[in-house]
Amino acid sequence: MEKLIAGLLLLLVLALPARAQDAFTTALPGLAGGFSEAAAAVEQLGASADPRALPVLRAMAEGRLQKTPEGALRVPQGDGFVDPATGQPADAAGAETVRLNNRVRQALRGALGQLQIISPDAGERLAAAEGVFRSRSAANVPLLEAALAKETVPRIREQMELALAASQLVGTEAEGKRSAIARLGSAGTTEARALLIEARIANPDMATAIDVSLAAIEQTLAIRRAAETLFQGLSLGSVLLLAALGLAVTFGVMGVINMAHGEFVMLGAYATFMVQEACRGIPWLAPWSLPLAVPAAFLLAAAAGAILERGLIRHLYGRPLETLLMTFGVGMILQQAVRSIFGAQNREVTSPAWMQGTMMLPGGIAVTQNRMWIIVFGIAVLLLVIAAIRYTRFGLEMRAVVQNRRIAATMGIRTGRVDALTFAFGSGIAGMAGVALSQIDNVSPNLGTGYIIDSFMVVVFGGVGSLAGTLVGALTLGVVNKVLEPYAGAVLAKVFVLVAIMLFIQRRPRGLFALKGRAAES
Amino acid sequence: MISNASRFTRRATLGGLGAALALPYVKPSFAQSAPIKVGVLHSLSGTMAISETALRDTVLMMVEYANSKGGVLGRRLEAVVVDPASNWPLFAEKARELLAVHKVDVTFGCWTSVSRKSVLPVFEELNGLLFYPVQYEGEEESKNIFYTGAAPNQQAIPAVEYLMSKDGGEAKRIALLGTDYVYPRTTNRILRGFLKSKGIADADIMEEYTPFGHSDWQGIVARVKRFAGEGKKTAIVSTINGDANVPFYRELGNQGIKAEDIPCVAFSVGEEELAGIDTKPLVGHLAAWNYFMSTPGKPNEEFKALWQSYIKNPKRVTNDPMEATYTGFRMWMQAAEKAKSTAVAAVTPALIGQKLMAPCGYEEEMLANHHLSKPVLIGEIQADGQITTVWKTPDAVKAENWSTYIPENANRRR
Repeated sequence: MEKLIAGLLLLLVLALPARAQDAFTTALPGLAGGFSEAAAAVEQLGASADPRALPVLRAMAEGRLQKTPEGALRVPQGDGFVDPATGQPADAAGAETVRLNNRVRQALRGALGQLQIISPDAGERLAAAEGVFRSRSAANVPLLEAALAKETVPRIREQMELALAASQLVGTEAEGKRSAIARLGSAGTTEARALLIEARIANPDMATAIDVSLAAIEQTLAIRRAAETLFQGLSLGSVLLLAALGLAVTFGVMGVINMAHGEFVMLGAYATFMVQEACRGIPWLAPWSLPLAVPAAFLLAAAAGAILERGLIRHLYGRPLETLLMTFGVGMILQQAVRSIFGAQNREVTSPAWMQGTMMLPGGIAVTQNRMWIIVFGIAVLLLVIAAIRYTRFGLEMRAVVQNRRIAATMGIRTGRVDALTFAFGSGIAGMAGVALSQIDNVSPNLGTGYIIDSFMVVVFGGVGSLAGTLVGALTLGVVNKVLEPYAGAVLAKVFVLVAIMLFIQRRPRGLFALKGRAAES
Repeated sequence: MISNASRFTRRATLGGLGAALALPYVKPSFAQSAPIKVGVLHSLSGTMAISETALRDTVLMMVEYANSKGGVLGRRLEAVVVDPASNWPLFAEKARELLAVHKVDVTFGCWTSVSRKSVLPVFEELNGLLFYPVQYEGEEESKNIFYTGAAPNQQAIPAVEYLMSKDGGEAKRIALLGTDYVYPRTTNRILRGFLKSKGIADADIMEEYTPFGHSDWQGIVARVKRFAGEGKKTAIVSTINGDANVPFYRELGNQGIKAEDIPCVAFSVGEEELAGIDTKPLVGHLAAWNYFMSTPGKPNEEFKALWQSYIKNPKRVTNDPMEATYTGFRMWMQAAEKAKSTAVAAVTPALIGQKLMAPCGYEEEMLANHHLSKPVLIGEIQADGQITTVWKTPDAVKAENWSTYIPENANRRR
């Protein structure tokens, strides 16, 4: 009996190449046809397991595959082209790129998965396992079992096991289905849940086993969802913190109601854009344009702040209403000036590669890279502000002037200069916030208007004059907003937060962290 | 390009003085009669400026085009540009200014439906003539407005039908995301009715709205992902307007939502909006319009050449509302010549039945309901920011501004 099976297997192995070559040559011309024809051809090529199909499909997926007016295919290789059917160089006069649609892309992902699952490259194997997982066809079971037998990298093994389970789930073998249900239950991902929900409808006889697995997934997902909501809240909080920190200095410490604060943030974002454009021509510098933009944005916004303070605001100290109206006007002038220089169209600030995509934290919590870096940046800026106020001579002079202007002056501190520097410092921080915001919002002349209300809200809620209050206030508002959002929607969540703050200010007019002592009374 | 922008901004600020700047176009051959005034009512600042500034430029281009062809009825055209600043009540004030102070003969303007709703009573009261060039939700008909963009049956419904077809991925669950105002809400109401008629249950439809200029999409995109994880193929239908689209698409890309898994079809995103985004992560997401810049054919080549030479930038893109502005303007020129007058009472009847070989490659006709017959194109976003057609209707489709999927319209005479 064993001999018989072995003989049959041998026969099969010998027969395979011959059949595969046929499949390759018959399926190949289909790639040049209409979308549904191309999708079918891609599937056939994937199933053919022919090594010649791999370069063709890869070129197709990358948008490099060409089609001559006669309908012959050309794969670019080096400087020339080759005919995939013969493997010989061929000319590609008048050829145009073979177009794809989502159906063809889907088929390509599955087919490349089938062809690359035994690739020597670990990254390709992982991508292949994911592709096969998504294409879920029972025909892939033997392929995956063979690949799993050889695989040693744990991360790829896991993805292959999931792909195997997904393939077994749509198969006919009851035993395979049972093990697939159990395996998917331990995966704890939304994709696994989607598969199980669909399987539950198709296999009413296995409903109880599926329900057990689904309950396990739900539990993992609930924890993960809570962690992700918390992250989103912290992310929004860090954005609010960045936008409000500068205001915490100009409004919180100096008491200037600066309605042009948002425009300083906007200037910072445009500084980022200008630094990026300046770095564009220098290849080794281009990926670092964002870190370079931080000091540039600080200096630009600080200079604008210093000019504003020396030119206008110092004449209006002690007249908050006039300051408010004047800075509001300055904000509009800045907006229109930027619009005249850069145009009303949004400017594109590209994200460096290390800020794109999603990162997996332990426990399968997915966080987006750009948001994570902004949280890190927000904390760094906060520490910088604290350090500047606590440990530098400028910080000491600033605190002295805020506490008692006259005595500070008698001690030889030039209070006017300190005022200008403090205001410039606060504006510069707003400019640094602009660098972060250019990564998540539109770099447009009205970028700042969206943040000015939120910034004041954070400062007032946290307690005027308290950096700790600004931190706690920003993070609280961010998290509360994100927790409410799924229930109330994005519009109502904001309204609720605003009402809650109004009620809170009624109870505690000085905010979360009220300053105590004599300084607070003046 | 920067110098262009500043020149136009100044022109906008000067408003009525646009006449002075239009003077260089004067040809000596024009008769001594007063010029025909063309009102331009598009936001040049605020959240809609991303979309509307190109339309202002398109109208200015058409004024120059008409003058180079000898004007209309032998009279020179003169543009009057105002800036309603994405501020809906200001749209009504500026419309009144155009009609009552500048006495314009025809106006091209508005993008959002809320701005159109705001100016409609003004145009009806002062008997003006408005060409509205953007796809919209329908449910409206005014003797003073001509709608050169698509009605829902020329965009929204075919797009969703495509998503549910085999080529579109056979979507069974739909997430309707939109900006919170009349166009997305009405369109989604029509789509809900349509999806129900196709046997899709309420539990398989998700609906979310955000304010104009919304930038924090992480929660909503994560919820769409979760919604898609409840089994069945899911697709997103986006009626998000203005620059909120940029952070939305960025978040889609960052959270790794691929078009193969959850395709997103947008009704208000064209080449112009994509110009500000890195489109590589978005390849395969869809847009439904009646014109793409990539449309082949002579009428489109001429249109693109006209635009790029006017704007003096061979890289500037064209889009659907620009094409609708162009088509509307050409039809108005034809109608005015036919009526031998620019009076609203004479041009309006002459407009009905006007035909034009439009840049979309089809002959479009102005119908009695003040809407156009148009082809429907579904395109996929490419890595270079262009959109290529993957599906289109064989013929131009007649507009139905009163949707059959809204129950209240059942008794309406068609």
